[in-house]
Amino acid sequence: MAGPGTRAGAAHAVLRGVTRIFPPADRGQAPVHALGPLDLDLARGEFFAVVGPSGCGKSTLLEILAGLSAPTEGSVMFEDSAVRGSPPDGVGVVFQEDASFPWLSVWDNVAFGLRRAGIDSAETARRVDHALGFMGLTGFARAYPAQLSGGMRQRVCIARTLVLQPRLILLDEPFGALDQQTRLLMGDELLRLWRDTGATVLLITHALDEAAMLSDRIGVMSARPGRFIDMVATGWPRDRDSTIVSDAAFGEVTARLWSSLRGESLKALGAAP
Amino acid sequence: MTERAPAWKRYGDSLALLAGLVLLWWLLSRWAGEEALTGPAETLARAQELLQSRRFHGHVTESLTALGYALLLAALGGLGLGTWLGVRRLAGQVAEPILVALYALPKITLYPVILLIFGLGLPAKVAFGAIHGIIPVTIFTLNAVRTIRPVYLKVARTLRLTPWQAFRTVWLPAALPEIVSGQRVGFALTLLGVLIGEMFASQRGVGFVLINAIGLNDVPTIMAAAFLLAVFAATVSAILLKIDRALHRRTIRA
Ligand SMILES: Nc1ncnc2c1ncn2[C@@H]1O[C@H](COP(=O)(O)OP(=O)(O)O)[C@@H](O)[C@H]1O
Ligand SMILES: [Mg+2]
Repeated sequence: MAGPGTRAGAAHAVLRGVTRIFPPADRGQAPVHALGPLDLDLARGEFFAVVGPSGCGKSTLLEILAGLSAPTEGSVMFEDSAVRGSPPDGVGVVFQEDASFPWLSVWDNVAFGLRRAGIDSAETARRVDHALGFMGLTGFARAYPAQLSGGMRQRVCIARTLVLQPRLILLDEPFGALDQQTRLLMGDELLRLWRDTGATVLLITHALDEAAMLSDRIGVMSARPGRFIDMVATGWPRDRDSTIVSDAAFGEVTARLWSSLRGESLKALGAAP
Repeated sequence: MTERAPAWKRYGDSLALLAGLVLLWWLLSRWAGEEALTGPAETLARAQELLQSRRFHGHVTESLTALGYALLLAALGGLGLGTWLGVRRLAGQVAEPILVALYALPKITLYPVILLIFGLGLPAKVAFGAIHGIIPVTIFTLNAVRTIRPVYLKVARTLRLTPWQAFRTVWLPAALPEIVSGQRVGFALTLLGVLIGEMFASQRGVGFVLINAIGLNDVPTIMAAAFLLAVFAATVSAILLKIDRALHRRTIRA
């Protein structure tokens, strides 16, 4: 089976024929076919981005890959074991909504997973302080989420996931609440972290330039039910950063993404392509 | 998050309100006459007398004992029941309208039944207090658990917490602000239930002192007992409200 998302090589996560159909909420309504069927192979250490019109099933895809919900049809493998509705070890998720815990300080939020995993306190402190540093939150360690802006709360969630050093990192529009400059800088941090840890990254974003700048490969999704309609390999070097936006090839990648996506975005708006 | 007013301002406002109420009370007693409404000074004097009398101490002990047992039943029972109904969505959906109907029902209509079961005395008062308190505590707890944001539970799952870890470190703290609000309402209603119980079927307790004084038309004692009850209820409520506010201040309103 060689759909547009499959690729030869050491696959870290594999999706085959993944479909998600939500049962009708009320009698008389039709079921919602949100996703698929789609195939995807994520190579170990790859930085993969997903772009697509809103409502096309991106978050649904992430939840299935994270093991939070089971596909209606199809299969998910992570590190050679099947994932089905139960999150596997080694996968870290940053959700689209704010998921910071309002009852914990920023520091305790970031330490949350480490403490539950029984990591000793010296190591916890080291990792938390480091993560707060590169997320620009050091001065807010003792603050509570209610005292922070939406963008800062999202950074707390990113830090809380990254301190656990997941081997597969799933991010659902993590920079949505950030301004453009911070977004570029956060992108650089993410790239550095990805290089240092060798993790596999799947990033969902609605910003085409962000996808083009960060990724090795970008999957373009159709309007609902979401399927991959284009796969764009960027060919960037591994030690890239946000300065790549001035590269001539960057413009080409962004232009290709937009030409693939334009018709789908119009469909999602309910207009004719 | 809103800025908190400086201390002098917060307490200043409360003090001004209190002074206004005392002044109003004094004016009313002037207007109605001391035999109809005892004034602040005389009420305070009578309250002091009561507080120094051995007999009144017995009544207070009796009331506090009944309140203690009733609170224990209402607070823990409501917490357990509400949590269970919140987690079991279907059971919660079935139970909620029934609970709301019971909440609206004047509990006094149940009093004859309770007397038949428990007879006169402490158990009846405890039961009457507990049925007043347990329903709001259950409703608040049920809603607290049910409205926990689903994304918190998703975080708990992706971090692969054990059920007990998830309960202790996510469910409970997420629901706590609303649970405390429920306990606050539960306290006020439990106290009310115990007092009504004492007034209508008991020879002991502060409620009995009150109804007895009403029978004798002993206005200073009525006023003094009501005053002492008000001070007690207001103090406990203020403490619970403070905890409640502190917890809610952290809550993010999306
Ligand atoms: N629990 C659900 N029940 C029914 N429909 C859902 C549910 N979750 C998502 N959907 C629908 O599935 C589609 C895809 O949703 P989602 O994956 O959140 O899209 P995206 O993240 O790409 O914006 C949407 O049309 C949405 O309304
Ligand atoms: Mg989404």
